[in-house]
Amino acid sequence: MTEPRLRPDQSAWLLVCTILSLAPHAGHLPLSLIGACSLLLGWRGLLAHQGRPLPHRFLLLALAASLVALVAVEFQRLFGKEPGIALLAGLLSIKLLETRDIRDARTVILLSFFMQMGLFLYQQNMGVAALALAGSVATVAALLSLEGRADTPRARTLAAARLVLQGLPLMAVLFILFPRIQGPLWGLPADAYTHRTGLSDSMAPGDVARVSESGAIAFRARFEGDPPPPAERYWRGPVLSDFDGRTWRQGRRSVAEAPAYRSQGPAYTYTLTLEPHNQRWLLALDFPATAPGLRYSSDFQLLAQAPVHARQRLDLVSHPGTPVGLDEREAVLSQALELPSGSNPRTRALGARLRAEARANSDIPALAIAHFRASGLAYTLDPLPFGRDDVDSFLFDTRQGFCEHFAAAFVVTLRAAGVPARVVTGYQGGEINAVDGSFVVRQSDAHAWAEVWLAGKGWQRIDPTAASAPRRIDGGLAGALPDMNRLPLLVRNDLPWLRTLRDNLEAIDNRWNQWVLGYNPARQQALLSALGLAQADWTTLIALMAAAGTLVAGLLAAWALRQRSPADAIDRDWARFCQRLAAIGLPRETWEGPLDYAGRIGHQRPDLGSTVVAIATDYAALRYGMASTDPLARRRLHQSIKNFRPR
Amino acid sequence: MGLPALRATLHRWLFRVSGPEPAPIQLGQRRIFVLPTRFGLALALTLLVMLLASINYTLSLGFALTFLIGSVAWISIHHAFRNVVGLSITPGKAEAVFCGNPARFGVVLSNPALRPRQGLLLAPSTSTARLLPNIKPFDIAACGSTVQDIHLPTRHRGWLPLPRLTLETRHPLGLIRAWSLFQPDVRCLVYPAPEADGPPLPVGRDTDSGLGGRGRGQDDFAGLRHHQPADSPRHVAWKAVARGGPWRTKEFDGAGTRDVHLDWNRMPTGMGIEARLARLTRWVMEADRAGIDFGLSLPGADIPPGRGNAHRNACLTHLALFGLRDD
Repeated sequence: MTEPRLRPDQSAWLLVCTILSLAPHAGHLPLSLIGACSLLLGWRGLLAHQGRPLPHRFLLLALAASLVALVAVEFQRLFGKEPGIALLAGLLSIKLLETRDIRDARTVILLSFFMQMGLFLYQQNMGVAALALAGSVATVAALLSLEGRADTPRARTLAAARLVLQGLPLMAVLFILFPRIQGPLWGLPADAYTHRTGLSDSMAPGDVARVSESGAIAFRARFEGDPPPPAERYWRGPVLSDFDGRTWRQGRRSVAEAPAYRSQGPAYTYTLTLEPHNQRWLLALDFPATAPGLRYSSDFQLLAQAPVHARQRLDLVSHPGTPVGLDEREAVLSQALELPSGSNPRTRALGARLRAEARANSDIPALAIAHFRASGLAYTLDPLPFGRDDVDSFLFDTRQGFCEHFAAAFVVTLRAAGVPARVVTGYQGGEINAVDGSFVVRQSDAHAWAEVWLAGKGWQRIDPTAASAPRRIDGGLAGALPDMNRLPLLVRNDLPWLRTLRDNLEAIDNRWNQWVLGYNPARQQALLSALGLAQADWTTLIALMAAAGTLVAGLLAAWALRQRSPADAIDRDWARFCQRLAAIGLPRETWEGPLDYAGRIGHQRPDLGSTVVAIATDYAALRYGMASTDPLARRRLHQSIKNFRPR
Repeated sequence: MGLPALRATLHRWLFRVSGPEPAPIQLGQRRIFVLPTRFGLALALTLLVMLLASINYTLSLGFALTFLIGSVAWISIHHAFRNVVGLSITPGKAEAVFCGNPARFGVVLSNPALRPRQGLLLAPSTSTARLLPNIKPFDIAACGSTVQDIHLPTRHRGWLPLPRLTLETRHPLGLIRAWSLFQPDVRCLVYPAPEADGPPLPVGRDTDSGLGGRGRGQDDFAGLRHHQPADSPRHVAWKAVARGGPWRTKEFDGAGTRDVHLDWNRMPTGMGIEARLARLTRWVMEADRAGIDFGLSLPGADIPPGRGNAHRNACLTHLALFGLRDD
């Protein structure tokens, strides 16, 4: 049996559904593919509009082959997330060109679901959610059009929206109660997590500056009590000790279940919500106390058990006054003194001079800072290009640099002077969102500072950037840089309205992240214990879900079986009519039929007479006459009784 | 128990249909069955894949989308169910047909509810019948009713009962098929197919043989016979009726009027039963068309001559049911 051809309205809905699922991908698909897909979809739209036949199968095969070739050229491969989604997008567009009957149309609809899932791999913000909701309505409308008669787009959209609305409560129940399992279940393609900005585990000149150009949020924190003062807001990231003359890398270290220090001094308690950065390190204020499920490296970094691919919430306590590294291992200290031979000779000479000037090792850092301050180093996001030896160029020639240049120059100087030192990267600063009180740290707060080891004191934090641009520490990047225009728009503080708008949007976004996107096994447990189900394992969850599903199904069945006959509806309307008359002191006597009643009221209240008689006549005709099957007459009666308001 | 018998038992138990039911048939909730269509299963598979992807990539919105589409599909079960439940079915008329022509049964479906019913299909329950191209989906307005014709091929003369019917819907999304089985108590009489070609109507040959019926006329009173609706009122034995007796028609002899008696026994020997019935059927139709009075003699039945639609139909009925149990 051949299925009937698609009607024009069915084709149109299918096209809408496909476009809604494809269009959001324009942000990351290559331009050539966007062009190809638009052409194919436009062609399909034109054919549908003119009612012309679809292209021949051979032409479509050729198109599909050339599309695969295009993807292969653009991505240099066919497997993986990005080429996979590109292929799916292209093939969906071609499939639409050979969609002749209802079965093809249904295939297109199923494919468009996968397209929407693909979008979530890239982003899951509220805009995308709204778009997906619109896509779902369009899909339901397309399914409705495949099944029913042609209808106006407006009526179809309304019908589809009503169905989706009816589905929402059950969806919420499933979303909350479905047992959450922390993925992944199987190996992911190598490029599954890309497009994430942030620090890396090495630092070359210009790296931190590049990260700073993004206004994206790195993490949020919510402090119990006051947040630390700006000078204490150092969020520790990768610690870099291995220097090859240009690039800094992580040094020798070990990882343990517990920190190598004993926490002491005042504490900050906070909840950190970390945006995924695909790295193992976490960002904590110095120095986090022991917490379950976390790892501690010997260079005082806080690590996760696995790379952070999803937004993660951590409850942390930090004690900034904790002394660390008092008995540091010799191997670590010797690496913290290594300098590649022959590099940066002028800085080495400076180090040697400082060492000669100093009476004790502990004086050297202060001398170096004093020297930095005296050399008039300028803090800029966009330094002049350096010569062969970066640190020498920065300290003695260009004298312009960003925090990583300051930190690197300082560490090299101290190492040359014989003081163990290393670079620490992370974030410095952050600000309070005035709307929801959360503490927001952005990529533009990325920072690099130095750590110096002094006998008897252990590792000490020294921020050489502060020597040149103290406002960087107190006022963030925007406070330190003279030129606003190079900053990400959202970090600039010369536009107060923009700041308010941003705060509001980000507060909503935070809620969204916390409760929708960050709804993970831990969140689920927390929510359920707040509801009084402290020890809910997955069997409990499934039982709950089944109970909720049954409840919903029961309600739906009751609704489905509720029989309302037209006579009931008419009587309800009539009862309302009688109530309204009774309210003005004209109740119906029990023996009075509708026409007698109306006649009496016509005598008592001539002003109401004609209306009352008309309604009573209609009622009698509908209730006792043959007209009861006429829905139009019923609606007319309903309307006239609804509008009947006697005084 | 053989397989067909087992199947029949299973059907009876599962679908609660055991035979023709008296009208009106109400489709209550226990008579409605709901299962996913093939597309529904495909969607379920798709949703499963989406769910696994959501778990694997920790896509919260993936969960949300999967659950939303799943919930809408779940809701559509109830819409499909609601679309069929509460309908009431009454059989309409089924006009007798000649074997070989399709029999047409009218089935009246009425919707007592305030909501319209959409996308319904009505067809005999046999699996092939539902795919016939002339089965078109239909709607029933709120508080409305519709008459749907069921066309069935006829292969044998006799009574053709309306087989079990399936009323189904895939409304609203095509994911779920809700259906109900019922068998309205109505049957259609199938006359034997008239012989295509053969000897002409044996008019006038009777008088020679003397074996045929009496010639009918208006002249001399010849006796009384059972009244038939087509008889002229002038010939009704009114006196007998006035006394409270049965209706009788006075018969008169009249030579020279054309009439014919169709007799089973005067067919050529060696002719089969069905062939004889086919020839008699053709003769009945020809005599009726020519306006000739005709009688019919069959083994076990003797219909006195007469004319008119009722007389013709009575003869055809006898021919249709000849040798069959009249049930």
